[in-house]
Amino acid sequence: MHHVVSSAHILAQESDSWINTDTFIDLFWANTIGGLEYGSIYALIALGYTLVYGVLKLLNFAHSEVFIYGAYATWFTFFLLGFRPGPTPELATGELIAFLLLAVVVAMLVSGTTALVLERVAYRPLRNRGAPRLAFLITAIGASLVLQQILFLWRGGNAEQAIRLLRPETLFTVGSASIQNLTIIIVVASILMWLVADTFVNRTRFGRGIRAVAQDPETATLMGVNKERIIMLTFVVGGLLAGAAALFYMMKIPQGAQYNGGFLLGIKAFAAAVLGGIGNLRGALLGGLLLGVIENHGQALFGGEWRDVVAFVLLVLVLMFRPTGILGESLGKARV
Amino acid sequence: MTEKNKNEPAPGGIVAEVAQMTEVELREHEAEVADVVATDREFAVGQGETLLEMDNVTMRFGGLVALDGVSFDIKRGEILGLIGPNGAGKTTCFNAMTGVYRPTSGQVLLEGKPLGKTTKHKITRKGIARTFQNIRLFDEMTALENVVVGTDARHKTSVVGALLRLPRHFAEEKAAVEKAMALLEFVGIADRAGDKAKNLPYGYQRRLEIARALATEPKLLCLDEPAAGFNPAEKDELMELIRKIRDDGFTVLLIEHDMRLVMGVTDRIVVLEFGKKIAEGTPEEIRNDKAVIAAYLGVPDDDVA
Repeated sequence: MHHVVSSAHILAQESDSWINTDTFIDLFWANTIGGLEYGSIYALIALGYTLVYGVLKLLNFAHSEVFIYGAYATWFTFFLLGFRPGPTPELATGELIAFLLLAVVVAMLVSGTTALVLERVAYRPLRNRGAPRLAFLITAIGASLVLQQILFLWRGGNAEQAIRLLRPETLFTVGSASIQNLTIIIVVASILMWLVADTFVNRTRFGRGIRAVAQDPETATLMGVNKERIIMLTFVVGGLLAGAAALFYMMKIPQGAQYNGGFLLGIKAFAAAVLGGIGNLRGALLGGLLLGVIENHGQALFGGEWRDVVAFVLLVLVLMFRPTGILGESLGKARV
Repeated sequence: MTEKNKNEPAPGGIVAEVAQMTEVELREHEAEVADVVATDREFAVGQGETLLEMDNVTMRFGGLVALDGVSFDIKRGEILGLIGPNGAGKTTCFNAMTGVYRPTSGQVLLEGKPLGKTTKHKITRKGIARTFQNIRLFDEMTALENVVVGTDARHKTSVVGALLRLPRHFAEEKAAVEKAMALLEFVGIADRAGDKAKNLPYGYQRRLEIARALATEPKLLCLDEPAAGFNPAEKDELMELIRKIRDDGFTVLLIEHDMRLVMGVTDRIVVLEFGKKIAEGTPEEIRNDKAVIAAYLGVPDDDVA
């Protein structure tokens, strides 16, 4: 981290003309808070990448579609409840909470099921045949495209217009940042969900199973751990978290859901997982939040078109100095 | 003893308590530990009956015949030694019993039922547990956690139960930690319960493997060269531990190169050479068996005797 900050600083001194330090300073708090908001969403999705990678050493590129299916589930929940795109409706607090809870449950179920089906249909047959790791990777990319095209065939290429239930309200301000009710919900709920996931992995027998399989699948099996069930469970837990992220995403972003909308977000979340240390739950949280904040500041400094560039340059820089990410790999021990 | 137990949730106290016990208390405590360790007390019922049967088992790998029509029984409550020169097929035997390999022909029967296509984790749950010739612990977990993974084979909490943190989940977790702690004490490494497995001394790692295997509540415990790399004093301690395990109601199958240990601790011995059984009998019979002596020819006398 130190290197990144200092090198950005040097750049800033050398060529002040194309770096917008004024915007950076003016919007520091606003961008930090906004970054935490996006970052929480990255973190929840990153957990799915990290869990599956930890257990199977598999980069599950179809996880972005597991997420976007959750986003569509949220949209349809609102739609079927009678809400339409357009102005935010007047809702009593109780109603609002009930609808949001319903939406998150539906989204989690849909994403969890998608992840489960993905595992069964795409990955398990490969495992049973002892396929090489490259086959899994190609399958992951293929599965990602298939899931995208299913959405495309069904809903077409246009984005579903966002349906909003929560009226944004500023609760208080911190420097340049206005803290909205939405901000609080997203950040607090995400951190809570991360806590549940972390407790599940570190304090229950299923989590022990996950860690045992991550470290040594063969020995774990010989100690009575049902490996196939643990793998299934890992996918489902990742899916559930992606479903929750999907609701927050739909509450936050202006453009609604699109069939390929998971792609960039998935790549970002994957980058966040790698940044924090893939296979490491704490790393996913840290990487997600950090990536969200840094890309916001990068946008302020260099302009909107550099937003993603900054994010990925940061990733490359961190990996140059810490190849296993900031916190290192840890779900199992780091294995190649 | 206690200062090493830093990052451990529950058990720190037990070790400290033991250190301060009087002799009478200590004996009572040992009885309690033995009680927790041997939960399956039914063993006394079927003493001497056949627990596991290798029925004409052949294992072929391409052109290599690792086991060639091997048959022998393991009786409930005995310590059976499995010996033979390197490459004789001892570990292959283990792998056939624990489901790592399926026999090319013949079958393995546990309590009269063929294992057939039973998967590895189910075989463990049916009651066969093992340790490994090359230590295979969960390195990043604490000693205690390693053993708790073993106890998980017997647990019943559902995923939902664990997520909702139902009382049953907590009860099982608590029982698991207690049992694991008792097992660590049983094998004599409770003082390092909170240390990561990879940071334990070699002898402790070997014992931890035994504790983890015992945690799955096996009917048959298979030890694959548990004394490898031990000095004579450590070997004596290990012999005592193996006897203690048997006395607590487990049946033990022991692969070991050290003849003094095998002769000293086993009730019966099966000898393999080039994948075939060449002898079976009491240590005394094996010691005087011509085929066995021939198989070990070239090995110094005091190693055989």
